Amino acid sequence: MERQNLGFTIFLYVCAALLALMILAPFAWLFIMSISSTNDLVSKPLRWWPVETDWSRYRILTDFTPNSHGAALMSALGNSIKIAAIATVAALMVSVPAGWAVSRTPAVGWSLWLVIGTYMLPPVALAVPLYMGLAGLGMLNTKIGLAIVYLTVLAPFTTWLLKSGFDPIPRDLEKAAAIDGARLDQMLRIIILPLAAPVIGTAALFAYLLAWDEFFYALLFTSDYRAKTVTVAIADLAGGRVADYGLIATAGVIAALPPVIFGLVMQRMLISGLTTGGVKG
Amino acid sequence: MNAGWTATRAWLLMLPLLIVMLSVIGWPFFDTVRLSFTDARLVGTGGDFVGFANYERLFSSRAFRRAFLVTTQFAVVSVLVEVVLGVLVALLLYQNFRGRNVLRALLILPWALPTVVNALLWRLIYNPEYGALNALLVQIGLLDAYRSWLGDPNSALVALIVADAWKNFPLVALISLAALHAVPHDIKAAAIVDGAGALARFRFVILPYLAGPLMVALVLRTIEAFKVFDIIWIMTRGGPANSTRTLSILVYQEAFSFQRAGSGASLALIVTLAITVLAVVYVALIRKSAGAQF
Amino acid sequence: MHRSKNFLAAMLVSTAMAHPAIAETNLNALFMAQAAYSEADVRAMTDAFTAANPDIKVSLEFVPYEGLHDKTLLARGSGSGYDVVLFDVIWPAEFAENNVLLDVTDRITQEMKDGVLPGAWTTVEYNAKRYGMPWILDTKYLFYNMEILAQAGIAAPPTTWAELSEQAKAIKDQGILDHPIVWSWAQAEAAICDYTTLVSAHGGAFIVDGAPAFQTGGGLDALEYMVDSYNSGLTNPNSKEYLEEDVRRVFQNGEAAFALNWTYMYNLANDPNESRVVGKIGVAPAPGVAGKSAVSAVNGSMGLGITATSQNPDAAWNYITFMTSQPTQNAYARLSLPIWASSYDDPAVTAGQEDMIAAAKVGLAAMYPRPTTAGYQEMSATLQQAIQEALLGQASPADALAMAAEGGL
Repeated sequence: MERQNLGFTIFLYVCAALLALMILAPFAWLFIMSISSTNDLVSKPLRWWPVETDWSRYRILTDFTPNSHGAALMSALGNSIKIAAIATVAALMVSVPAGWAVSRTPAVGWSLWLVIGTYMLPPVALAVPLYMGLAGLGMLNTKIGLAIVYLTVLAPFTTWLLKSGFDPIPRDLEKAAAIDGARLDQMLRIIILPLAAPVIGTAALFAYLLAWDEFFYALLFTSDYRAKTVTVAIADLAGGRVADYGLIATAGVIAALPPVIFGLVMQRMLISGLTTGGVKG
Repeated sequence: MNAGWTATRAWLLMLPLLIVMLSVIGWPFFDTVRLSFTDARLVGTGGDFVGFANYERLFSSRAFRRAFLVTTQFAVVSVLVEVVLGVLVALLLYQNFRGRNVLRALLILPWALPTVVNALLWRLIYNPEYGALNALLVQIGLLDAYRSWLGDPNSALVALIVADAWKNFPLVALISLAALHAVPHDIKAAAIVDGAGALARFRFVILPYLAGPLMVALVLRTIEAFKVFDIIWIMTRGGPANSTRTLSILVYQEAFSFQRAGSGASLALIVTLAITVLAVVYVALIRKSAGAQF
Repeated sequence: MHRSKNFLAAMLVSTAMAHPAIAETNLNALFMAQAAYSEADVRAMTDAFTAANPDIKVSLEFVPYEGLHDKTLLARGSGSGYDVVLFDVIWPAEFAENNVLLDVTDRITQEMKDGVLPGAWTTVEYNAKRYGMPWILDTKYLFYNMEILAQAGIAAPPTTWAELSEQAKAIKDQGILDHPIVWSWAQAEAAICDYTTLVSAHGGAFIVDGAPAFQTGGGLDALEYMVDSYNSGLTNPNSKEYLEEDVRRVFQNGEAAFALNWTYMYNLANDPNESRVVGKIGVAPAPGVAGKSAVSAVNGSMGLGITATSQNPDAAWNYITFMTSQPTQNAYARLSLPIWASSYDDPAVTAGQEDMIAAAKVGLAAMYPRPTTAGYQEMSATLQQAIQEALLGQASPADALAMAAEGGL
């Protein structure tokens, strides 16, 4: 790195402070809203810090009496956790073998491009037949049904990520194993999977976050506590005429916590995943 | 192990993925194509073949032209903002300063925030009477009086773009940052020795390394922006006076609120076509830039 | 009759066999999370029902009004969707034609027919059949802040829309409030409800002989009134992005002298925990237009119906009967008034909200319907756009409505 003069250093720190402010201010405000009384939130001029912190919304949303706000949000969180997990596992089950095949056998590569090309399809181009299909199978408003639909988004993405992750793993190991007479499944299980564990973890994390974030399909294909996800529950809460901005903010904080904590804790993994795709694309 | 067996084995390994893709994407897509030539309703009738009637009706409709324009504006401006901001932030975080790693970690936060939460957070911020934005701008003297952000057709789309860009610029920034780190040190050193100014260094030394990854990010973000639904659905539902009604919102209305599955399908296919054309143009550009580079 | 006998028999059998291992019936009910009964009220009513019917379990789902229509329709495709749904007065036509709701004409007893206000039945009727029980009987009233009116030297609330403008102007000119009137004119059904109120005041009509008629006469006058009020600054300019709850928040914060809203605002804006205008709230039927109408009102009622896909229509009807019964409605009459005629003279219901009841007696009798057509959703969307374009100055009221009448998608 080149030497820096004082002016440049000051400039750097000012920019860095501005960036930190830009990122953190909306988060801070979301949190402050969640602990401000309604009165503070509708005062003019606006109060930037509540007169008295008010944690009652957190109590409301963690009170699980049947049919209450808290129970609704909790069941939605539970659904999101399960649906994202099912979809992630299913996506990995099809994309690990496929990603490895494409990585090792370039001859089938064109089919991967076809799969990735489906990323260009907007969900609205699949929604009507998917809706009719799920209805026909009796799978509307089921967790499994929604998880299967999520494969449309997750599977191409994880395959692409895994293929880029498998590429740098040396082939010599496989050749040696093949000479030793290892069967295909043994080779995958004993040699490839342990080496590829980090990239598979990254793919799983991404898939999970994508599924957690999904809104459109969940809005269309779920209707109640049996399958409604947290994104739809939050939208219902905010779209309804809930008078209390603080409650909306609190629900937002709760729904954001899992992915944000995931993101912070596993940021190395995430960044490596983000950039594998981008840099080697 | 001969080549034929390797290919067969590869196809066998691909099979589960291909079967899944065919059933959750292939079949629905072709069914959408079929539906687009019918007058099917969402519930009840399967519909009759009507030829290109749905397409003709759409192309002559004011709503479609407007939604197309709104979607394009949203996609172009938001992606542009994200790319410029993302590259600038990457250049900043590439410098050596205290707290750099903390800042890099923070960058992941907006990206990890669920889109729906992001949308409602900004909706609260833009609230015309009690929102933080009005309060802030008035208190620091940038604004004389509280104003409407999401209720004014001149500012609603801009407000949406800001909210979307805030969530998505970190992606571009992280990709660019990784690309910056891939620039070999000796090349940078050589450029400094040659006495190239900062701007020239960026243009001739850094940019070629950034171009490829940046184009990938650009394609991804453009496709996503063209498909946009959730953030708009939550913040404005397409209002005021449909000034933020994008194509995806229009398809939702046609197919699900008004139950015209056939017409909704044809509209969805037009969106798909537009995205495909965009992506092909971009990929051609990527090829070109990659070709110029290597 | 035959059906209700079976139903009765089933009830008797089920109570007779009330041993612990009894099969439980699960009902899924869809409600809206806003105006009228609060979620807490619906929950409490439901708890009372399940306490009386331990073999029935009811799961409640609350969605915003804006999502209620689409959810009901979309859930129709799922074999185990909702059993009981709340539906708006404007949907029976569409829901009947698409076989979304069960025809319950034969389930309605003579007692119900005699006791429920005649006007309430229009909420659930289409082609002489009934698709549920009316539950929320509501219209938009004119709420006013008595303190602000007194401060401006205004003795009585307005009885005509012209008078409303004059009073608002007086308040604005005296510098008491910048924008004295607040409405819900967001691009949503709420705007159509305000518009319909004005259409009824101006003697307009939506459809005459199967053709759109709102673009001329009273329909046009109504929109011109809205645009004038908006442009003159008498109306809070943020009205164009407001729904009912935003209106309530502004009004209960003391930032509006006049507001058009549903019944529920009366008691919520009198709640000291939330409101700064407790005890200062006046309510009157929405005004009329000299020579055309004395008062105006929109039919904003809603009903409870059984979905065509319900596996337990009898239990569902049982639940609906309970929810719409006079005792239940009387007990929860603070946010939504009963459908039963005699309740309006019952001191237990009227106590503490005499003004509200007085306004309701006049307003409910004047309720004007929005069009009854299977294509209502689309017509409404087109009208919403026209209203917003006119408000935003993108088109003149006449042009905007003419375009909507042509059905320009």
